Amino acid sequence: MSVLLFQILPVVILLILGFSVGSLRERGHFRSLARREQELSDIGVVNLRTVAQPESVRAATLVTGDAVIATDYFKGFMAGLRNIVGGEVRSYQTLMTRARREATVRMLTKARDLGATEVWNVRYETSNILSGAHKKRVAVSVEVFAFGTAVIRG
Amino acid sequence: MIVVNTENVPGQTVREVKGLVQGNTIRAKHLGRDIAAGFKNLVGGELRGYTELLTEARREAIERMIGQAQQLGANAIVNVRFTTSAVTQGAAELYAYGTAVLI
Repeated sequence: MSVLLFQILPVVILLILGFSVGSLRERGHFRSLARREQELSDIGVVNLRTVAQPESVRAATLVTGDAVIATDYFKGFMAGLRNIVGGEVRSYQTLMTRARREATVRMLTKARDLGATEVWNVRYETSNILSGAHKKRVAVSVEVFAFGTAVIRG
Repeated sequence: MIVVNTENVPGQTVREVKGLVQGNTIRAKHLGRDIAAGFKNLVGGELRGYTELLTEARREAIERMIGQAQQLGANAIVNVRFTTSAVTQGAAELYAYGTAVLI
């Protein structure tokens, strides 16, 4: 009985810690994202390959942004359970959303710093290059890399 | 050097295509970052050490690509693309490529 307790108790503690701290941090991140996205909302984001009205372009340059975000223990555990029955893995949806929005915000911040008003040909790359390192752990992390061409009109 | 990922430099015409230029770098992360990441994996959130590592590595790949373009006598690189691959456990290759042109 006590052996069982010693095996289950740490997992339960980690699950509670992951759930409470994890959701708190996630909410904080989403709030911060919403605020920064609002600030950057006047920058036009397009994924067309060719810039429209090229005659008025003063300068164009590559801008990039990336973010590596890890999920918490609780969500990793829930996703593990989901693997048994199949279906949509909701707990990882927020992970991907956070990484993608963060990378976009970072790219747009760089565009803003350059004085750009638009970013063209926006592309996303997702990689799980860290998966090998975390194979034994429950939680996973994802890297999203966003890039595009910042355009300064003048 | 003008670096863009659009098919041409907006407002400019390409006078001469110099050819494909590329730059790559393979980076391994160190143990300290791994330990910090292990802790982060409990509560979730950004793995700042890894973000920095990848940002820095990608900048290096871009620098090498620019170096090649300069050797070819180009003044711009268009249609830049990136790929990332995991070579071994814990090491990643960042690769940047594009077309060097004279505008």
